[in-house]
Amino acid sequence: MQSVVRQFVLNGDDGAEADRVLKLPGSAFAVSQASRSMTLRRLWLDTFDWRLYRSGLTLEQVSRAGVTELALTGRDGAVLAADRFAPPARGADGAGRARPAWPGLLDALPLGPLRDHLGPVVGVRALLPVARAVSVVREAKVLNSDEKTVARIAVDRMSITFPAAAAMPPRLAVSALRGYQGQAQRVADLLAAAPGVQPAGGSGLEAALAAAGRRPGEYSGKIDVKLTPRMPAGLAMAALLAALFDTLQANVPGTLRDLDTEFLHDLRVAVRRTRSALKLTGDVLPGGMAARFQPEFRWLGDLTTPTRDLDVYLLGYPDMAAGLVAATGDELAPFHAYLERSRTAAQRQLARGLRSARFARLTRDWPDAVTAAAARPGATRPSAARLAASRIGRAHRRVLRDGRAITATSPPESLHELRKRCKELRYLLEFFGSLYDPGEHWRAVRELKALQDCLGEFQDTQVQREEIHAFAAQMMEQRAAPAATLLAMGEIAAGLAVRQQQARGEFAGRFRYFSSPDGQSRFRALTGAAA
Amino acid sequence: MKIFATYNIKGGVGKTATAVNLSYLAAQDGYRVLLWDLDAQAAASFLFRIRPRVKGGGKALIRGTRSIDEAIKATDFDNLDLLPADFTYRNLDLVLDAAKKPSRRLGSLLAPLSGEYDVVFLDCPPGISLLSESVLNAADTLLVPLIPTTLSVRTLDQLTDFIGGLDGSRPSILAFFSMLDRRKRLHREICEQLPAQRADVAATAIPAMSLIEQMSVQRAPVTAFAPRSAAARRYAELWAEARERAGLPQLSGSSSMP
Repeated sequence: MQSVVRQFVLNGDDGAEADRVLKLPGSAFAVSQASRSMTLRRLWLDTFDWRLYRSGLTLEQVSRAGVTELALTGRDGAVLAADRFAPPARGADGAGRARPAWPGLLDALPLGPLRDHLGPVVGVRALLPVARAVSVVREAKVLNSDEKTVARIAVDRMSITFPAAAAMPPRLAVSALRGYQGQAQRVADLLAAAPGVQPAGGSGLEAALAAAGRRPGEYSGKIDVKLTPRMPAGLAMAALLAALFDTLQANVPGTLRDLDTEFLHDLRVAVRRTRSALKLTGDVLPGGMAARFQPEFRWLGDLTTPTRDLDVYLLGYPDMAAGLVAATGDELAPFHAYLERSRTAAQRQLARGLRSARFARLTRDWPDAVTAAAARPGATRPSAARLAASRIGRAHRRVLRDGRAITATSPPESLHELRKRCKELRYLLEFFGSLYDPGEHWRAVRELKALQDCLGEFQDTQVQREEIHAFAAQMMEQRAAPAATLLAMGEIAAGLAVRQQQARGEFAGRFRYFSSPDGQSRFRALTGAAA
Repeated sequence: MKIFATYNIKGGVGKTATAVNLSYLAAQDGYRVLLWDLDAQAAASFLFRIRPRVKGGGKALIRGTRSIDEAIKATDFDNLDLLPADFTYRNLDLVLDAAKKPSRRLGSLLAPLSGEYDVVFLDCPPGISLLSESVLNAADTLLVPLIPTTLSVRTLDQLTDFIGGLDGSRPSILAFFSMLDRRKRLHREICEQLPAQRADVAATAIPAMSLIEQMSVQRAPVTAFAPRSAAARRYAELWAEARERAGLPQLSGSSSMP
């Protein structure tokens, strides 16, 4: 058993440098270098939005001679969980375990501690290779006067092959054998004092990405545009739209490859935010820009809806099946098969749309228009802070007005409309978040979110109920619906109706809180302070 | 976690050589192995080049004032750790005598390590004492090296009787002939007859060989420094018998990653 005590980088290595340093001159230790080196293939994995990295975790797959080990480490480099994959041993009864293929979802991994550790962090996202490297490792043993090994020094010469080819200075890792931590620390101290040796900052992944000219955590679905209160509103909106377009574009390849459901989700959010920006602030953009692109983004949004709706159904399916009281999961299975088939068809439609000339034209013309808007933001136009205050104020007033009009007898459509107004307000808060005090901004968003969650539940259950009726009709048409399945679907529809009623029941309380004098003054304080 | 103990009332019959080689072979198989050198002479510790010293001595370990965990040292071999001997182990009987339920003490000290190790070897000093009683209680399998003489067969019978009279869990016995000299007719005869007659005697016999004595010069298991030698092959056969006796599955073998 051994644990890494410290890691170093050896600069200016000419091949002989490592040999000289490893002799630990001036110490009582003897060093015995392995005659042969071993070649390892390293692969680091993370989700597209860097969930592991953001949680301080590193998932590394190391392969050597057909054996693959996948290990999850924490910030301190300690292994939290690991899994091993090897082909079946010759002549042995054991079946062996095939190495999982990446990119892949978590269910590519066998059940066990590693999957348990990753589950809450990774969620429904796929794990993708974020870096690859080939390592040539030579190990040296550090011996005491009894010629007992007390520490090991691994010299790792790593070449990055992905995301870009790059060579790295050798890394030295000192590991202690159990019961010999003190000696290993002394060895690390000796190395630290040697010329050309520097402490290695960050994990192997960070070093690999740095060598390849990248940094981890580059992508986030959140809006991350720093605005200043006095900047021209047109310039602020151009910067936001450019960032939204980056997010949209970043999610196209993953959506086309159908790696996980969240690429499409993030793409849809970017489209919706863009549409809201054009609708609510289009007047500060060059004339005709909003009118020209609104139909295009509407088309793009509509293109993505069928697949997303089916994704929502499929993601919620295990819970739905588990929640059945009268019917059984088996009876519902044809519904699942139908959803899968429909999704495959919807995904094909979506991919065709994303490969169409219309989409190509949009992704060519839109950034040009945004760049042009940034180039002439109009000096006489309002400042970003003024725009933010006026639009957030207007959207807030509309939410209050529409919400107050809702009674126990209002049709579902009026709640749906209110949900749209809330979404617009939410997007405006997100666009201009960098102008406000983070604490006040967070409180305003939190209050709005509570209202949105309730309206979202109401609307989603409404849509899903309508859809399940349509699904049932289509399944009947396709003769894919045994009576038991239809009854099970009926039970699900009934469950959705119960949830919808609950949401409706909660609405009045949530809205009362949101529209209370305190809630209103918080919104006014937010926009008033920055204006 | 399966616990093996190498045990005999007599000294110099190959207990330590057996514990050292079998623990190495188990580790090579891929089991996580701990070898506890309970003999104050510290031969097993010496063979793994580990200094025979435990902070606080045997007293602290047995009383539990120091955790076993802190005293464990890695050997130079993957999957194989050693709990070193200490000169104070010569007084372990006195310490055990003062402890509650002395015959259960070793077992309860080892129990917390079950998540960390698959196999434990206890290398015992010769003699019959409170310590050996505690070892007999803790062990699942007792490995008993015998010199191939009529007298040693009697010793095995006495040991079997003794174990039969113990309270609590009793280990299963796997005796085997050690220091076999093929030039001696008596040795050959006993080694051929007894395993066929008795289920508690292993088919494998370990011959007396200078290569096994070389272990103290090489300071490593013969199975490590001369893995293809006849001596190493006999130990491998013995390990296969012991593994089966203890009901441990055969692993595919280690190819540990760095």
